[in-house]
Amino acid sequence: MKIIAVCGMGIGTSVLLKMNAEKVLETLGVSAEVQAADISKAKIEGPTADIILTTPELVYQLEKMPGKIVAIEHVFDLVEIREKLSAALS
Amino acid sequence: MSDLLNQALAEGSISVKATASNWKQAIELAGEALIRSNRTTSEYTQAMVQAVEELGPYMVIAPGIALAHARPSVDVLGTGLALITLSEPVVFGSEANDPVKLVIGLAAVDHDSHIDLMASLSELLMDVMKVNMLLQAENVEQVRELLR
Repeated sequence: MKIIAVCGMGIGTSVLLKMNAEKVLETLGVSAEVQAADISKAKIEGPTADIILTTPELVYQLEKMPGKIVAIEHVFDLVEIREKLSAALS
Repeated sequence: MSDLLNQALAEGSISVKATASNWKQAIELAGEALIRSNRTTSEYTQAMVQAVEELGPYMVIAPGIALAHARPSVDVLGTGLALITLSEPVVFGSEANDPVKLVIGLAAVDHDSHIDLMASLSELLMDVMKVNMLLQAENVEQVRELLR
């Protein structure tokens, strides 16, 4: 399972998304590699990712990717991340 | 967590109950605080503004909280944070998380070395009660106290 967490610059939002997704995945008992990426790196890594985590504003930039896109509105809300990730995993 | 945050917030990097009339001014406040604390040059401020202009308000990462930042570049003199609380909230255009009351400025020298700092920041911003107390702080000392 490969997950990429994507934001515009690759140092802020994507890093937070990656950390909180890792916490959630652990509670779900899912083992996955989560990478943080900026948009340009996402275009390289994206095609092989099973799930692409991002924020709603960036979804349109990633829509052509084969992986499932999960848009997180509140990056500190582990409940939201858990619900949306679980849905994408099922 | 707190040591990392207090170190990252160098002298001059915190402004309390600052005034901004729009999102651009709010980001500029964070940029000025990063410049005052010797983390960035003024070009970095412009890059943060441009990032929002180009990519939209995705930096508004949680209700009321914006994480202003741009790419690691020569405009970053050192990894660090700025923390600005606003006297009046401003609209960034974020459907889920407007209006913004707390602006965190972030400068990083590369993609990896600030990861522990981000973990501390995440822990802080996840704590809704603490964020509310930060927003009510009247001065820089009170903010530092909350980060301890």
